[in-house]
Amino acid sequence: MIKLTNIQKYYGSYHALRDVSCHIREGEFFSLLGPSGSGKTTLLRTIAGFEGIDSGDLMIGGQPMKGVPANKRPTNMVFQSYAIFPHMSVAQNVAYGLRAQRLSKAETASMVSEALAKVGLAGYGARAAHALSGGQRQRVALARALILKPKVLLLDEPMSALDRKLREEMQSELRHLQRNLGITFVLVTHDQEEALTMSDRVAVMFEGQIAQLDTPQALYKQPASKRVAEFFGAMNILRADIVDVKDGVATTRIEGLGTADLPMPRQADAGTAPPYCAGVRPELMTILDDGAQSYERETAATVTDVEYRGELTYYDVKFQGSDTPVVVSMRNTSNRTLKTVGQQVRIGWESASAVLLVDRS
Amino acid sequence: MSKRILTIFMIVFVLFLYAPTLLLPIFAFNDSSIIAFPLSGFTLDWFKSLAAAVELRKAAVTSLTIAVTSAVIATILALLATSATVRYRFPGKGAMIGTIMLPMFLPEIIIGVSLLTVVLLAGLELSIYTIIMGHVLICTPFCIAILRSSFQQLDPSLEEASLDLGESRLTTFRRVTLPLIMPGVISSLLIAFTISLDEFVIAFFLSGTKPTLPVYIWSQLRFPQRIPSVMALGTLLLLLSIILLTLSELLRRRSARRLGKDMAGGAW
Ligand SMILES: Nc1ncnc2c1ncn2[C@@H]1O[C@H](COP(=O)(O)OP(=O)(O)OP(=O)(O)O)[C@@H](O)[C@H]1O
Ligand SMILES: [Mg+2]
Repeated sequence: MIKLTNIQKYYGSYHALRDVSCHIREGEFFSLLGPSGSGKTTLLRTIAGFEGIDSGDLMIGGQPMKGVPANKRPTNMVFQSYAIFPHMSVAQNVAYGLRAQRLSKAETASMVSEALAKVGLAGYGARAAHALSGGQRQRVALARALILKPKVLLLDEPMSALDRKLREEMQSELRHLQRNLGITFVLVTHDQEEALTMSDRVAVMFEGQIAQLDTPQALYKQPASKRVAEFFGAMNILRADIVDVKDGVATTRIEGLGTADLPMPRQADAGTAPPYCAGVRPELMTILDDGAQSYERETAATVTDVEYRGELTYYDVKFQGSDTPVVVSMRNTSNRTLKTVGQQVRIGWESASAVLLVDRS
Repeated sequence: MSKRILTIFMIVFVLFLYAPTLLLPIFAFNDSSIIAFPLSGFTLDWFKSLAAAVELRKAAVTSLTIAVTSAVIATILALLATSATVRYRFPGKGAMIGTIMLPMFLPEIIIGVSLLTVVLLAGLELSIYTIIMGHVLICTPFCIAILRSSFQQLDPSLEEASLDLGESRLTTFRRVTLPLIMPGVISSLLIAFTISLDEFVIAFFLSGTKPTLPVYIWSQLRFPQRIPSVMALGTLLLLLSIILLTLSELLRRRSARRLGKDMAGGAW
């Protein structure tokens, strides 16, 4: 649906988008995720037509967008501030974009009330726009964009102005709306949880570049780089040396854990040989009870700290022959007793728990 | 202690500001052609004499025409200048704004003399158009100062939203920008109108056969017996400005209220 090819964008001498290429598929919920200043908004505004690009190609629905102004693009946007016109009623706001279609009053009214019903604001048409709450504003902004039946809906951090409860509510509503309408959604967010729960695919951006583009599961389980891995929840980072690579599988010596066969990181560009490291999520390791279970791999370690958090307990441990502190999280069950600081334990893990990561900023 | 001094200062200040103005209506109704206390009696003769003064009415019409035209032109120019300078960055922008704002700080006599030179060199005739030219020049900076703040308060994503919803730049201006900066536009029109209406120096230098009201009044002051009529005229003008100010403030508040903004202070 949207095809970006080698997009470059400069603000003066500042390189805001560095060679961005990606393909957003029809009907998918696509998220742009990244820390502040990584260029998410810039990329979204580029798609919407508010920002020009210095080189590269942008196609929407098979049409090249070069020279097509924002008001002629098949996209509509929900702004971070919602940009509700304060001098109009809710109904006038929602009907704003219909003017060009020259509909009769009755047709307009019925489309507006249908759109308002879709976002759960039936009967709010006569309200003054400035008398709305944050959540209501967002719904009006949604209705105003969706009434035009865009091919692509662009959303710039639409949830950031809402409180936590409302945010979660709107997240699931937005997800349902997208599924029902089948419109391509492109969402900008800096909240990784939001990106993971809502999206079909997520592009992780750092410094104007797409670091990784994948499904939420793959991003969590198979991050390509240390940076992406650390962006999604806790990840233990250990030194790693590649001994041998065969068919995309690297025999890797991991600090404290020994040797394991790990797949080469996804999307790691071949030519360069970046430094690598290994990552293991805290919940993918287990502290074994004496003699009870057996695991594919077992490693001796010493407990250096215990942090009880109700549902989970976080242990800081050190593997033998390693100085790096490693966090292991354990689900608390009724018959499991807590380990104590200084206790010698066995850590159970699988080679599938570890991922090989590119260690490059 | 210091509070009392402040209070006294306030009273003196307000007296100093408004007492001379209050003399106008007092002597306008005084039944004597000599401007002095004690008052001798009540009369409406001076106002009646105004109705008969053809020259004066002509001057008033000239002034109003000039003031309205100058206000409209200056506001349109200021709208164009501010919408460009607030939204876009371009080389030489600072210098351009500086040049446009300069007449605000130049003595009017300099503007008057130099415009007169230009008009004479160009072989043009002095007319109300030359006065309008001068008045647009001195009014525009004030209009820009007012409109700049209106534009700066306007969230640029509102205009982007309008573009995004399919409207062109022109219709966006009409449907979104203009209604939202309306309070500023009203203030701008009003201030330009007021500046032009009572401007004397430029009008004096550039008026041809048709004097403006201030120029006409000035010419009448040479005849002492006409002074009470001038007072009556001043009273009418005073009334007019009070009505105008009230009206514009009401308008401004109404449109501000429609935008849901809290503008208790206002621009005045
Ligand atoms: N109009 C502009 N002129 C100059 N620099 C800009 C402009 N817009 C953005 N930038 C710069 O480009 C970079 C990327 O900005 P962008 O707004 O795309 O970031 P973002 O990922 O959306 O961040 P955030 O999460 O804070 O919204 C920033 O460093 C920003 O300072
Ligand atoms: Mg942003």
